[in-house]
Amino acid sequence: MKVTIVDYNSGNISSVINSFREVANDKVSIMVTSDLNKIKSSDKIVLPGQGSFKNCMDALNKIKGLPDTLNEFAITNKKPLLGICVGLQMFADIGYEETETKGLGWISGKVSKINNQNGKYKLPHIGWNEINIVKESKILQNIKNNSHMYFVHSYEFIPNDKNVISATTDYSSDIVCSIEKENIFGTQFHPEKSDKIGLNLIKNFLNLK
Amino acid sequence: MLKNRIIPCLDVKNGRVVKGINFVDLKDAGDPVEQAKIYSDGGADEICFLDITASNENRDIIYDVVEKTSKKCFVPLTVGGGIRSVEDINKLLNCGADKVSINTAAVENSKVVIESSKKFGAQCIVVAIDAKKNGDKWEVFTHGGRNNSGIDALEYAKKMEKNGAGELLVTSMDRDGTQVGYDIDLMSKISSKVNIPVIASGGVGNLDHLVDGIKLGKASAVLAASIFHYGKHSVKEAKDYLDSKGIPVRI
Repeated sequence: MKVTIVDYNSGNISSVINSFREVANDKVSIMVTSDLNKIKSSDKIVLPGQGSFKNCMDALNKIKGLPDTLNEFAITNKKPLLGICVGLQMFADIGYEETETKGLGWISGKVSKINNQNGKYKLPHIGWNEINIVKESKILQNIKNNSHMYFVHSYEFIPNDKNVISATTDYSSDIVCSIEKENIFGTQFHPEKSDKIGLNLIKNFLNLK
Repeated sequence: MLKNRIIPCLDVKNGRVVKGINFVDLKDAGDPVEQAKIYSDGGADEICFLDITASNENRDIIYDVVEKTSKKCFVPLTVGGGIRSVEDINKLLNCGADKVSINTAAVENSKVVIESSKKFGAQCIVVAIDAKKNGDKWEVFTHGGRNNSGIDALEYAKKMEKNGAGELLVTSMDRDGTQVGYDIDLMSKISSKVNIPVIASGGVGNLDHLVDGIKLGKASAVLAASIFHYGKHSVKEAKDYLDSKGIPVRI
C-alpha cells in the first residue's frame, strides 16, 4: 500500500512523517512528495497543514495542478484522505484567517476564529484536551471517549452539515475536532503528537480498507 | 476541558543532559534521547530541550539529538538555546522539533519573531523571557542570563505577543536552580497581561510549587528540570498530585 504525505511547503511536517513511519508495517510505504503522478498512484493521502489557512491554501495553489489532483483523488475517485489541523480546515468552502480565502470546498462550511469570550480563553488553544466522540468513525476505532489529544490552533472549522462531525472538544464552545464524510477524514488535533492514542488513530487510517 | 501541562526540561550541553544551579556548576546526567523517551513514556505532556551554552559553542550536535528524539517521542518537542535566525528555526523544525524557544535573538532583532511566526505559524514560536527583579519591576536578560537588556519584562511580554509568539516561557532568574518555587508575582502579572499561554519556569523544588504556578501564577503549563531529573519525583507523581489539588491534568 502506498501512502503519500503531501509536501506542499505547509510548514513543519517532520513529526507527521516520523509518526506514520513509526506505525507503518512492511507492507505500507510512506512517501513524502508533491509529485502529481505519485499522488495519483497512491492508495491513501495525508494532507498536513500548519500556519494560517491562507498560507496553506496559497502554498497548495502554488503547485500547478495540485488542487485538481487532490480533488480527483478525494472527490472523483473517493480514495481515503486524512487532513490534519489546517489540512482539515482546508476542506471548508472559505476561511477567515488573515483575509477571506477560498478553501477546497469538499465539506461545506467555514473556518473562523475561536470565540475567546473577551480574553477568558487564551488563544492559541494549546495543549491536551479531551475529545467527545459524537458518532462512530473508522479512524476513532479503539479510542475511548474522553481520550486526550494534542491541540494547537486559534481557528475552528464549522461545517454546515453537523452529520460529518465525529468528535468535538470543549474550549470556549464545542469545537469540531474530528470529521468523517465517506472517504474524507480530518482531525483538528495532531495525532502525530498525541502519544500512543494519536498513533492508534494513524494506525486506524493506515488499516482502512 | 483543556488540561494544564507538565513539561520536563532537559538542559543539554554538547549533546549531554546537564542542569545547573543558577546557570553554573553543571552536573552531567545522561543521554537526552533516552531521557526524553523516559519522560514521554511516563506521561510528560511535552518535552523541552534547552541547549544552554549554544551561543558560544559548536551547536550542530543538537540537530542530531533533536532528530533522534523526534523519531522516538510522539509528544511535542520544544527546542531552545542559541537560535539566532529564521534559518536556525527552519533547521530545527526540519530535524523534528515542533516548537522553538527564542530568547536572545527575540530581544536583539524583533524581525526574527515576526518573520518566523509568519513563515512557520505562531504555534511553533515560543519566546523565552529570562527575567530578574530590579526594584518593583523585572528586567529581561539575554545570553543565558549573562546580559541585562534593561527592558521591562511585562512590556516585553506584550510586545512579543503582538510580534507573533504563540506562547511565552517565563523564567525567573532569581529563582532558577534555587528550588524555592516559581516567582508567582512575575508569572501572574505576565499571564494577566497577555492572551497567549504562559509556561512558568525557574525554581521548582517540590510538587506544591507546580500547584502554585498554575493556581496562583495563572500559568497554562509548568516547566521543571531538577525535581524530575534527579528522580525526586516522576511526572506521574506530579500529575497525580496536581489532580488531587483539583488541577485538570492529562492522566
